[in-house]
Amino acid sequence: MKNLVELLAKSLVDSPEKVDVQMIEKEKSCVIELRVSPEDMGKVIGRQGRIARAIRTMVKAASTKSNKKVVVDII
Amino acid sequence: MQAIEKKAKTIEDAVDLAIRELGISLEDAKVEIIEQPTRGLLGILGGKPAWVRVERKDSPASRARKFILGILETMSLGANIVLREEENVINVNIEGESLGILIGRRGETLDALQYLTNLAVNKNQEIRKKIFLDIEGYRQRREETLEKLAYKLADKARQRGRSVILEPMSSQERRIIHTALQGEKDINTFSEGEEPYRKIIISLKK
Repeated sequence: MKNLVELLAKSLVDSPEKVDVQMIEKEKSCVIELRVSPEDMGKVIGRQGRIARAIRTMVKAASTKSNKKVVVDII
Repeated sequence: MQAIEKKAKTIEDAVDLAIRELGISLEDAKVEIIEQPTRGLLGILGGKPAWVRVERKDSPASRARKFILGILETMSLGANIVLREEENVINVNIEGESLGILIGRRGETLDALQYLTNLAVNKNQEIRKKIFLDIEGYRQRREETLEKLAYKLADKARQRGRSVILEPMSSQERRIIHTALQGEKDINTFSEGEEPYRKIIISLKK
């Protein structure tokens, strides 16, 4: 799942080398923190969060197998 | 861009070896012939093999293929991708088993993947290609379902003599309904609300 977020983010931004993804596993849930360069924020959020929503939808689909709730935070 | 050279008996064989190793299809390959094969004396002595150099073309179609295959890999899904390119449009069909999670409820995951693929492939490009994704003919089936629904709800509007409001749909799905009911002389369709909750209203013409 971490790889999925990383690949999506790197494909969308102008500075892929500044993409950093951390995954924090908890008992019943999992938090994925996505960091990109400030200039690229718009590229992963989108107008009215449309891109962020699409990324979360993909992660939700990928996480159905693991039975864990996954939260994607863009920091 | 990654390029490899291959030698084989014929040009076709050499190209085939190269595209296999690169994991690309023939349409995505840029082939350069370094040396034509020559037949030696009696076809045995001193013959030279065909020698080719093959490179992955950086076309929107190959970027789309690479992006989607990469995503599927991170989700541990195996699939075959068939691309059909038209002037401004690339139609991508993803074929494989148990791809249901990639479609999602009412195709929401498929729509998300399609949106992200469009962004990734057209990033920093002057000419934009519209990319449509389908999984195992899901869109086709959904289109038929929506058309049937449109006719049924138009009948309901006629019987009740008032408007019928549909549930929220994507612009692509709304277009199917609008188009389906365009030929009905007594029916009017329009959309109301803000994305992503925009929905169609089927009403009677006065």
